[in-house]
Amino acid sequence: MRNRLKVLRAERDWSQSDLADRLDVSRQSVNAIETGRYDPSLPLAFKIAELFGLPIEEIFSKD
Amino acid sequence: MGYPRNPAQRRYVLRVAVAMAAYIVTLAAAIRLVGGGAVTGPPAYLLALLPGLSVAGVFWAVARLLVEEQDEYLRMLLVRQVLVASGFTLTVATIWGFFENLRLVAHVDAFYIAVLFFFGLGLGSCYNWLALRGGGEGR
Repeated sequence: MRNRLKVLRAERDWSQSDLADRLDVSRQSVNAIETGRYDPSLPLAFKIAELFGLPIEEIFSKD
Repeated sequence: MGYPRNPAQRRYVLRVAVAMAAYIVTLAAAIRLVGGGAVTGPPAYLLALLPGLSVAGVFWAVARLLVEEQDEYLRMLLVRQVLVASGFTLTVATIWGFFENLRLVAHVDAFYIAVLFFFGLGLGSCYNWLALRGGGEGR
């Protein structure tokens, strides 16, 4: 699964730690999701979408 | 797991420290009192039980960390680490058991299975590290 997390984060000038704090997860989690090494659960994907104010499908897409 | 970063990891470290301290104290007491013959009968069994229960406290701490870790990615890493440790321990113990049964190797006391498991946790940690480098996460 691909995602636009890195771009969305950069647009807001957030570091991985900033995003991790906002999502209440570890920085390793953010890094793993951004680099495609880990696909988040549905609840976490919803949380990410809510934080960026976008629908899930505008952040995550199939390979 | 490296430096404890969240409350669940800090509780884990504390629990392991307490279990290990209890292990050292109870093992020393058991060796001195039961091994030395000062305590016999049912009290000896009770005293001999305590070091093993202390080590079981570490297993319990790992189980609690699995339950209490709120970060799903870190929990996934821990689950994989424990699976590697369990698979390694069961495999080595089973193979050694057959070797021992066929008198190809010397007898090894069963409590070394716990040592194998802890070594397996280290292997699991290495496996996670290699998987992170290779980009094989989350599948």
